[in-house]
Amino acid sequence: MHVPDGFIDTPVSAATGVVAVAAVAISLRGARRELDERTAPLAGLVAAFIFAVQMLNFPVAAGTSGHLLGGALAAILVGPFTGVLCVSVVLLMQGVLFADGGLTALGTNITDMAIVTTVVAYAIFRGLVKVLPRSRASITVASFAAAVVSVPAAAVAFTTIYWLGGTTDVPIGKVATAMVGVHVLIGIGEAAITAATVGAVVAVRPDLVYGARGLSKPLELRTTPTGAPLVPGEARPAAVTVATPAPAAVVTSPAPAGRSNRPVWIAGLIAALALAGGVSYYASASPDGLEKVAHDKGIDEKAKPHANDDSPLAGYSVKDVGDARLSGGLAGVIGVGATLTVGSGVFIVVRRRRRHTVHPIQGQGA
Amino acid sequence: MTTEPTRDPAAGPMPPSLDVRGLAFAYPDGHQALFGVDLSVARGERVALLGPNGAGKTTLVLHLNGILTGGAGTVTVGGLPVGKKHLAEIRRRVGIVFQDPDDQLFMPTVREDVAFGPAAGGLRGPELEARVMTALDQVGMADFAARPPHHLSFGQRRRVAVATVLAMRPEILVLDEPSSNLDPASRRELADILRSLDVTVLMVTHDLPYALELCPRAVVLSDGVITADGRTQELLCDEDLMRAHRLELPFGFNPRSVTAPTAR
Amino acid sequence: MGAGHAHRLYRHGHSPVHGMPPHCKIAAVFGFVLVVVSTPREAMWAFGLYAVLLVAVAFRARVPIAFLLRRLVIEVPFVAFAVLLPFVATGPQVHVLGMSLSENGLWGAWNVLAKGTLGVAASVLLAATTELRELLLGLQRLRMPPLLVQIASFMIRYGDVITDEMRRMRIARESRGFQARGVRHWPVLAKSAGALFIRSYERGERVHLAMVSRGYTGTMPVIDDVTATRAQWSHAAVLPVLALAVCLTGWTLR
Repeated sequence: MHVPDGFIDTPVSAATGVVAVAAVAISLRGARRELDERTAPLAGLVAAFIFAVQMLNFPVAAGTSGHLLGGALAAILVGPFTGVLCVSVVLLMQGVLFADGGLTALGTNITDMAIVTTVVAYAIFRGLVKVLPRSRASITVASFAAAVVSVPAAAVAFTTIYWLGGTTDVPIGKVATAMVGVHVLIGIGEAAITAATVGAVVAVRPDLVYGARGLSKPLELRTTPTGAPLVPGEARPAAVTVATPAPAAVVTSPAPAGRSNRPVWIAGLIAALALAGGVSYYASASPDGLEKVAHDKGIDEKAKPHANDDSPLAGYSVKDVGDARLSGGLAGVIGVGATLTVGSGVFIVVRRRRRHTVHPIQGQGA
Repeated sequence: MTTEPTRDPAAGPMPPSLDVRGLAFAYPDGHQALFGVDLSVARGERVALLGPNGAGKTTLVLHLNGILTGGAGTVTVGGLPVGKKHLAEIRRRVGIVFQDPDDQLFMPTVREDVAFGPAAGGLRGPELEARVMTALDQVGMADFAARPPHHLSFGQRRRVAVATVLAMRPEILVLDEPSSNLDPASRRELADILRSLDVTVLMVTHDLPYALELCPRAVVLSDGVITADGRTQELLCDEDLMRAHRLELPFGFNPRSVTAPTAR
Repeated sequence: MGAGHAHRLYRHGHSPVHGMPPHCKIAAVFGFVLVVVSTPREAMWAFGLYAVLLVAVAFRARVPIAFLLRRLVIEVPFVAFAVLLPFVATGPQVHVLGMSLSENGLWGAWNVLAKGTLGVAASVLLAATTELRELLLGLQRLRMPPLLVQIASFMIRYGDVITDEMRRMRIARESRGFQARGVRHWPVLAKSAGALFIRSYERGERVHLAMVSRGYTGTMPVIDDVTATRAQWSHAAVLPVLALAVCLTGWTLR
């Protein structure tokens, strides 16, 4: 999905550049909360890891190129702000060192691959972690779901940017179909790798997973009275519970009220996704016909495809009905995801703010 | 840069180079490594910290310069308590030479690697250059300043690792398994270097002959506490103590037959 | 795979281009690409001149043209895309060899190919004449936020660690008779990814601890101060300034 130089026109490149700079600036502020002396190298490792997985390039038929994105992994392991920074750094280094993605297209690349993936993935991840039972398996499941959605979301973002400022008149529907279709597949691969990585790290070093903070219990520290004869086994000291030094103290447990809502949440989410996916799958046959007609008739009118596409998800289906249904269904799922994202995003922001005002010392003391 | 360590014995009672009191610590995964360590090392002493694998030696070392904190107890270096407030100065005072020199050497040339510490402390220009060359001279590696570290032999890399720390003019030099993976010649060279240095040394090792050769005093760390503290030769001759803490002398080595160094 | 390639990208040398301060080079390349991208696509001759400029730089840097061309392979996915453009784009059609091609698509393909290739070539020259560490220093001098520089430098360090660990794990797997052949083995590979992550992290963490122990606080200490003189800046500016002249001519002749 790396956009080369000259692919997106100047105004849109400049606009995405502004978006990217703003997001990086915000992330730099936010990352100060997430990073401490010991997690800084973790951010670097995440960046290196993403760098590695992004090297696996699949050519995409009528899109650009497809590869794993890594935004979900970054957001879950090091937090959303640092995640944005990690992926941005990867893109910058790729642009400067490997000429992968144009330098003038850096804003566009950061916007769709660093910002959209990270934010979408983290919102979904936090939302799921809140509703799922508090266990390590839930973290893995939530990682999978977050990664699976984040990749097509980035494809949608790319399509939108292309629609706004693409330098060639490829019908937006074709771009959308190709991009989203391929990235749904890539999303599954990405989800597998993300879930496996997060799962493995949670099992061995839960302290390294930002998204899993709050899972571990407060530690118990046994201390021997100083100066006493210190032969192990001879004087078993009394157990003293001490405030933990680990980042485990950062996130508080959820409000007890959250538990009773959980089944409702899960049911609602599943229903919404099933409805959106299934219903749109069948509903997309008719728009496809309509669009095909418009496409056949207005093939010479450049403005036509644009006029049809009020929303980036509108121009999904082109010629093949089966594909169209599939992609239409996907549009629905992504729509739900996006709504959920916005909703839980607001929720999380509010929660976070409140949490930080309640526990300011713990929040920074890790 | 408040107190440059001075070695004038007439200056009155000086705080010990290292003073550890009641240090206990558990890792975030719940594993507890230290259960209350007490250890004092006077200025100019060379002390061996002995102990089997998993005794908590590395954990203790990481507490000495404040990389690990947050458990119970205190660590004081030359009178300065280890804490967030003086972290930079503490890290200058405590020079840790890690076990694997490849972890320690990360710059493209030996010179830049040795300069890293003092440069991080704000030293620049000819002063920095002089500091680097002095440190390299101390370990006999001055001719290799322009070479990339990974082109050196293992023994040379370990000596450079020692120089990187010496360049910071530490109050106490902490060596983690300094003799591991060294061939006999490099071992001897390193021992000569360490003996020639006028600095407090805490040497973490399970190489008992090396401890005897270099350190008049030894302490045994086992299961997260100090279980013995005394003259190295006496400890090594105490067979019950050795056996109880999985410390074994190499085949054919008799600590009684050696003329051990005495405290300076 | 991974940042291990970085070392092969760099081509050791002592040319005037190698010796230039890294931040000047980065600024020059960025300026050049910016100018190239804003050139009208109809001015084909301008792109030819840009290519000549880059070849001149390569000559100055004593980077063989063959080396440069080999490095351009990274562009292949976009070339594939550009070739497709004339077939899928809409607009007036032209007929070439019995195929109906979109005129707009052809221009689009040319646009992406020419600008992309020039951008890639400029970056390849930068990477070939600048060491990674210098590059980071340059970015630091260009006022990139220290946190980003820090993440980038850790990333490069871990790149080596990851490739190295990956190789070890592959050897360990293969010496026990495992070979990845198709989808059935993906779970094993996915699990390897997790293990790889932790192993790389713990190895890199030790390096970080050693750095922190020597007073590292997030920015690399300045050991050899690279300050660019006015002469060096103006030397570096030759490339983007000439390119700008070409670009302006391109616009006026349109």
